[in-house]
Amino acid sequence: MDSSIQVLEFEKPLAELERMIAHLRSHNNQHDLKVEKEISNLESKIGKLRSDIYSNLNPWQRVQIARHPKRPYTLDYVGLCFEEFNEIHGDRLFSDDQALIGGTARFQGEAVMVIGHQKGRDTKERTKRNFGMANPEGYRKALRLMKMADKFGLPVFTFVDTPGAFPGIGAEERHISEAIAVNLREMFAVKVPMLCTIIGEGGSGGALGIAVTDRVLIMENAYYSVISPEGCAAILWKDRSHSAKAAEALKITAPDLLKHGLVDEVIPEPVGGAHYKPEVAAQNLKVVLAKHLGELKKLPLERLIELRFEKFRKMGSFLEKR
Amino acid sequence: MKAIFKKPSYSSPPTTRSRKLEIPKGLWIKCPSCGESIYNQQLDENSRVCTKCDYHFAMNARARLQLVLDPDSFAEEDAGLEAVNALDFPKYTERLAVEREKKCLKDAVISGTGRIKDMPVSVAVMDFSFLGGSMGVVVGEKITRAIERGAQQKIPMITFSSSGGARMHEGAFSLMQMAKVSGALMRLSQAKLPFISVLLDPTTGGVTASFATLGDLNIAEPGAMIGFAGPRVIKETTHQDLPKGFQTAEFLLAHGLIDKIVHRKQMRATLASFLSCLTKK
Ligand SMILES: [Zn+2]
Repeated sequence: MDSSIQVLEFEKPLAELERMIAHLRSHNNQHDLKVEKEISNLESKIGKLRSDIYSNLNPWQRVQIARHPKRPYTLDYVGLCFEEFNEIHGDRLFSDDQALIGGTARFQGEAVMVIGHQKGRDTKERTKRNFGMANPEGYRKALRLMKMADKFGLPVFTFVDTPGAFPGIGAEERHISEAIAVNLREMFAVKVPMLCTIIGEGGSGGALGIAVTDRVLIMENAYYSVISPEGCAAILWKDRSHSAKAAEALKITAPDLLKHGLVDEVIPEPVGGAHYKPEVAAQNLKVVLAKHLGELKKLPLERLIELRFEKFRKMGSFLEKR
Repeated sequence: MKAIFKKPSYSSPPTTRSRKLEIPKGLWIKCPSCGESIYNQQLDENSRVCTKCDYHFAMNARARLQLVLDPDSFAEEDAGLEAVNALDFPKYTERLAVEREKKCLKDAVISGTGRIKDMPVSVAVMDFSFLGGSMGVVVGEKITRAIERGAQQKIPMITFSSSGGARMHEGAFSLMQMAKVSGALMRLSQAKLPFISVLLDPTTGGVTASFATLGDLNIAEPGAMIGFAGPRVIKETTHQDLPKGFQTAEFLLAHGLIDKIVHRKQMRATLASFLSCLTKK
């Protein structure tokens, strides 16, 4: 951890211990055994503390992990789980949206299509990626790639990581609503296996615009919500400081979503979160993706899209009185 | 129809200029557009359109059905569907009870079948007065069933939308209704049956980003506010001044985003004309 901005509030005790260890190490050139022992003590303490913290996360803490600036993004997972990613740019109508990207790749040797929201790590990259908030062009490019995948029989993997579609003047002028809506409808007709993974933020319609898929998976500390906790708090309690309460009320964590049948599987993250050990998170993701792809490939394509329709058709319960 | 005995209030004309609710208490109502005071009954007789400046006041779902459909042709369906508080969302159960009592509605949409100039249609009309016309599971289910009814009976589908978006209180279940309804529309489209979406003031968020913009024809009433994100959110995010008339029906028409703006009094005739052409009757 090089910057204090990148340490979450509840991770501060960990950062403090890490700082102490680093300090001891740097002053222990003679390899004093007593100091060595102290370091190893601190290390075991840190391990225990980390697992304590991470086994008792509340929804708001998970939201913060989902937004962690060091969290693996789509391109990180693509690099770790896929080979030969070959980006395809533009919607062929207006521009190339760098907040929602895609291209061909190989998954365990098989040709596939990959589509996902992309956030940036530094200021320059963040601006280029528009903080992962896609414009209409992103959704139209995504649909173009899905249709291409359909044409050539490539399974589609989508990765969701967005606070939401971009609330901008241009986005409205170029009909962001219609871009998302068309994706929602057309994804029901894409005749190849489709798998979506919520890797960080699953912000509302902007997330759903690439998430109408046969499988919806979610990383353990990602969230998926109809509205941001801040937005909900502002409406309900007229105050954004109630975001923690809103995060809880909205039931947006991976375990809650699984319990309600809104996602199919939760992919475990290493203790300390995906940002702590990205390779472990990616390995877990890859195993789960491979399993689900294997299952989907066994289905006849007509059956596949029938099941996709039924999956969303039955979502949500209600009373029916005569 | 229960409405005959206990007439639901026309309530809450949200305007493109001011979102404040102006509930008509007395006999007179002031037009938020031209300032004219209009006799409430006169406004009803004029289809809730300002007699002076043509401003379209909000209209409740039952009145809308009467205005558009052939007399006595409406057969309501799925009237017994009621929302549940699946997530135990704070105060939602109480809120639903109050809304049902006050608005004489079970939820934010009324659906069924009817006829327009003798042409059968499946129809769903949203009512903004019920929890801001928000789309939760019941709204999603009723509209989906209406679309499926259209497909099954081989008749066109018409929706009238007026909504603040997805219903927060039902969390991701509300979000999933956007997918659910869109899936039904895919099947209707594959069956080559017409879908006409009429967008009323206001239509925003998850409703605009799903069925309301998926019509073979997307038609709006004059002055209707239509958008994805709310103007305040856009202003806060972009720190830009919004263009004049931003997110009005007229703005959308000028940008090529909707097919037509139709005056309330011409709506029935216009729908009939389109329906007869699209079904080659
Ligand atoms: Zn007026």
